[in-house]
Amino acid sequence: MTSNGWLQIIVIFAVVILSAIPLGRFMARVYAGERTILGVLLGPVERGLYRLAGVDPAREQGWLAYTLSMLAFNAAGVLLLFAILRLQGLLPWNPQGFAGLTPDLAFNTAVSFVTNTNWQAYAGEATMSNFSQMVGLTVQNFLSAATGLALAIALVRGFARSGAKGVGNFFVDATRSTLYILLPLAFVTALALVAMGMPQTLDGSVAATTLDGAQQTISIGPVASQIAIKQLGTNGGGFFNANAAHPFENPTALANMLQVWQMLVVSVAVVFAFGQLIGDKRQGHAILAAMMILLVVGVAVAYWAEAAGTPTLAQAGLDPSGGNMEGKEVRFGLALSALWAAVTTGLSCGAVNAMHGSFTPIGGLVPLVLIKLGEILPGGVGSGLYGMLVMAIIAVFVAGLMVGRTPEYLGKKIEAKEVKMAVLATLVMPIFVLGFSAVAAVLPGPLAGVGNAGPHGLSEILYAYASGTGNNGSAFASLSANTPWWNTTLGLAMLAGRFAYIVPMMAIAGSLVAKTRLAASSGTFPTHGPLFVGLLIGVIVILGGLQFFPAFALGPIAEQVQMLAGKTF
Amino acid sequence: MSTKAVASKAATSLAPPDILVRAALDAVRKLDPRLLAKNPVIFVTEVVAALVTVLFLRDFAAGQPVMFTGQIMAWLWFTVLFANFAEAVAEGRGRAQAESLKRARTDAVARRIDDIKTRERYAKVSALDLKVGDLVLVSAGELIPGDGEIVDGIASVNEAAITGESAPVIRESGGDRSAVTGGTTVVSDEIVVRITAAAGSSFLDRMIALVEGAERQKTPNEIALTILLVGMTLIFLITVVSLYGLGLYGGTELSVPVLVALLVTLIPTTIGGLLSAIGIAGMDRLVRHNVLAMSGRAVEAAGDVDTLLLDKTGTITFGNRMATEIIPVPGVSEREVLEAALLASLADETAEGRSIVALVRDKLGLATGEAPAGAHFVPFSAATRISGVDVDGRRLRKGAVDSVRRFAAEIAGRGLVEPAEYNAAVDRIARSGGTPLGLAADGRLLGVIHLKDVVKPDIKERFAELRRMGIRTVMVTGDNPVTAAAIASEAGVDDFIAEATPQDKLNYIRNEQRQGRLVAMCGDGTNDAPALAQADVGVAMQSGTQAAREAGNMVDLDSDPTKLIEIVGIGKQLLMTRGSLTTFSIANDVAKYFAILPALFIVAIPELGVLNVMGLSTPQSAILSAVIFNALIIIALIPLALRGVTYTPASAASVLSRNLLIYGLGGIIVPFIGIKLVDMVVTAIGLS
Repeated sequence: MTSNGWLQIIVIFAVVILSAIPLGRFMARVYAGERTILGVLLGPVERGLYRLAGVDPAREQGWLAYTLSMLAFNAAGVLLLFAILRLQGLLPWNPQGFAGLTPDLAFNTAVSFVTNTNWQAYAGEATMSNFSQMVGLTVQNFLSAATGLALAIALVRGFARSGAKGVGNFFVDATRSTLYILLPLAFVTALALVAMGMPQTLDGSVAATTLDGAQQTISIGPVASQIAIKQLGTNGGGFFNANAAHPFENPTALANMLQVWQMLVVSVAVVFAFGQLIGDKRQGHAILAAMMILLVVGVAVAYWAEAAGTPTLAQAGLDPSGGNMEGKEVRFGLALSALWAAVTTGLSCGAVNAMHGSFTPIGGLVPLVLIKLGEILPGGVGSGLYGMLVMAIIAVFVAGLMVGRTPEYLGKKIEAKEVKMAVLATLVMPIFVLGFSAVAAVLPGPLAGVGNAGPHGLSEILYAYASGTGNNGSAFASLSANTPWWNTTLGLAMLAGRFAYIVPMMAIAGSLVAKTRLAASSGTFPTHGPLFVGLLIGVIVILGGLQFFPAFALGPIAEQVQMLAGKTF
Repeated sequence: MSTKAVASKAATSLAPPDILVRAALDAVRKLDPRLLAKNPVIFVTEVVAALVTVLFLRDFAAGQPVMFTGQIMAWLWFTVLFANFAEAVAEGRGRAQAESLKRARTDAVARRIDDIKTRERYAKVSALDLKVGDLVLVSAGELIPGDGEIVDGIASVNEAAITGESAPVIRESGGDRSAVTGGTTVVSDEIVVRITAAAGSSFLDRMIALVEGAERQKTPNEIALTILLVGMTLIFLITVVSLYGLGLYGGTELSVPVLVALLVTLIPTTIGGLLSAIGIAGMDRLVRHNVLAMSGRAVEAAGDVDTLLLDKTGTITFGNRMATEIIPVPGVSEREVLEAALLASLADETAEGRSIVALVRDKLGLATGEAPAGAHFVPFSAATRISGVDVDGRRLRKGAVDSVRRFAAEIAGRGLVEPAEYNAAVDRIARSGGTPLGLAADGRLLGVIHLKDVVKPDIKERFAELRRMGIRTVMVTGDNPVTAAAIASEAGVDDFIAEATPQDKLNYIRNEQRQGRLVAMCGDGTNDAPALAQADVGVAMQSGTQAAREAGNMVDLDSDPTKLIEIVGIGKQLLMTRGSLTTFSIANDVAKYFAILPALFIVAIPELGVLNVMGLSTPQSAILSAVIFNALIIIALIPLALRGVTYTPASAASVLSRNLLIYGLGGIIVPFIGIKLVDMVVTAIGLS
């Protein structure tokens, strides 16, 4: 580890937080329907869209109507994307003449992009036409992020409103998320990325002559427009197979830093917006502090593990001071690779600028752990906040009793209904990660796709299902996932990880919004300040850790201790 | 506040031996899965214990080594039994109280009459056959056959069977002291009672059912907590079952007893086993304070209370106004005014009157004050609002200031002298929250007696404590706003309702509730009933009317309005105990992983031995030690569950940090030590 490395990490975090504060304030105004400059400029567009769709923006929806609208909207998204991918061969903007996708891959990919997972069982430059990338994938990058934001705001309204029925209007929230927040940010940052050397064209490829005279075809396309929202919307689905390790997808160190900023900024800003909307900024700060502390710990552990390298590398005659550079871009180095790995999994982004599968066991454990903690550090746009609030509900319920009152969070009593729904939501992760992993780990079919023997292979399996269920989308490389088993089970895991979590979460929103918001007193469980931050971190680590510790022990931890003992596979 | 009382009462008789023996038997009886199904965590433990038992028998029949499986099996059953035992002990303590109550339950013969006027004609019927609305005649020495209201007569009643207080109390028809309880004894006189509760649903019956825990239903918070525990059980079930598959990948086929051991140590058996005992003990603690909660819900609500409505009289002040000074008007000597006050009060048996006599004797240094011969005493009446004495041709009167003035004016006519100092004294006393009494001899005003509401000495600190806990105190009084404000500031309450009518109370409660606050109050009169019903915690006085007792959700058998503060403490302590033990239970899992996981995979992956941070001797002893610790911790925590965690009134933030430290951090550390100790014992006596 070097001070230069740490400096880069600190600068990025500082810039993210400084810029997220005004963005959060702006978002709060947008969702509250207050006047903004963008609102004046784009208001006619917004109102025109409602007229086109026949939506009455003033009509509030109850939690169920809100959820059903969201589900219908997303189901339509899956069908549309599935159709585009299957019919790709017949559609325009296909300079390389790619054929349609197989049904299982089209299903997997459609689900993957609509659920904000962006798990890619294909290589983009060898599979997707420009039409599929732009009209299919990029559109869903926007819409899945807007869906996450809308849901988070609906839950926040559940806390903020007192004795109400409606939690907002899904179509209004999703439209505003896209129009006022995601589109302007994506537009500006896409131009910045182009300026840094990222391609943006409808051409399919360029021909180049290499130094030794060979002819090479290099894929290009509308990269910048897709990468901007891929990062901003914590989608993570790359234009190219190598994702952000590809020079066209991440041309310079500055572009790399901009992309880390993009990943974080909306998720952090929505936490500030949360504090603003419930009228108590300290609550937002406490939530953000818990997120950031865990994330920084993740970054530090990954950076330390990668910088320390492994005894195996030293035995192979490499300079141990260089750390473990396997699978990393020299352009980014250890610090920015470790930072990216932690951020992309602490969020539910899944874009990668280094191969997590090539990290040291402990370094690779970091992204795995961060995903399994629920991707709430700070999590995907919207999904991170609502995931964290569900965690806060559980934390408040367990420990809140210790102050001798029925637990309450943000003035709302946490009772049987909320606990039941929070528990249901929490069950999704272990069922789909551990359940599918245990089956895949013993069936010869799925095992054939696993690229490594020993504990590392188990890590690949665990990582794949965690990534799918957690809607992350990154992979522990060397799993050959484009087979019917993996496409189908991961598709199901992605669907469950997104929607089986959202429905109970929205039921909580519906139950909370109807409750009277209680006045705080000195007898109220304090949910701001260091004590609560510590408690929340403890609950996240213990609850998440307890579920997955045995699996980790057999995967990365076993690999680490065996590696230290000189055993390789 | 009540910590000492609770602790000492509980500590002396946490569980007498006979209760323990009975509880041990009950623990076995409770193995019945139908009974256990209401406790999901322990039910799951029983199911897996049965599963391991089947495997044990199979292996035993096949002649395979069963030492390890047998021990796991035994400790799983012990885990279930210990949990049952905890509940049984809690129930047993309640049952002991129920037994003494049952002795009071009457199967006496009642004398039923048709009409008050024809009370000579009665029919002898069994108390069990009485219906609501029946009139019964009860004379001295007889048991009152059922709950009811006195419609005629006055009697002194011994209520020791209910309250434990043997001094008889007066009950009379009409007014706020008309309710009688079945099972109490009439000591003198004869009354006619209209029965208001059918046999089987009387106050005593409900009380017995409550302390026995027979009708115990899960409270809302208990239900929510149970859901969380079920969720955690499911999560760990998934973890353990999937571990079989993941283990196979790593080259280890885990046996069922080992997986079951891991499951049972991970699922929250500690809190699952103690949860109902905590609830029963909470109710029991109330009963020990002579308070009966009609539902567990009310006890929980008590912990949540934000606003306490307290009656001034009896709670904040001693209830009796006392004379603190006697101010003569100019021209009247101090001795003259004191003697006049003494004479006017000698026959006054009210507390105020006695306090005047005491004050004068104190000031004049008299041992006794003899009533002069020929004195004619004029008693107080609500119409005249004055009392006094006619002696030596003088008419001495004391009483309400305007009434005394009217009395003097009638005699003196126009010649009434009303000194400015007199009026000034009256004003000063009223402003300070006291009550001025006028004193006159015939047509001459002599002076003013200052009656003061004396605020209880320690009450201000208690209100400060409550404020630290975030609870607002509101004083309710019939006094005028000036008086009320003065007493309120002296006592340190947060707000007051002066000249309070029952409707005012009700409005105040509704208003607080609209702002999202929970309100507790106590009351005894029939006109308190609406407010008692509206309040989230309504404590009716046992001495109160039947209507008040029906409306409240608690009854205080001591009829002590100060009890409200203790009730809040008990509610809080109940919730705290539940939260603390839940946190402890979950935190325990960390150590159990470090005990069991390396043991599971040590053969296939010997390097995982580094996780064996406790240095447990063998894989088998590690697993066994974790299971044994998991079972023993239930027994070890039974006293804490019954007694409740230490409760000191403080702000939520400081209570939280303290409990997090003890039960959160402690919960992580204790099992590391505990499991290591068990492992040393297990290894030493060669169990594995």
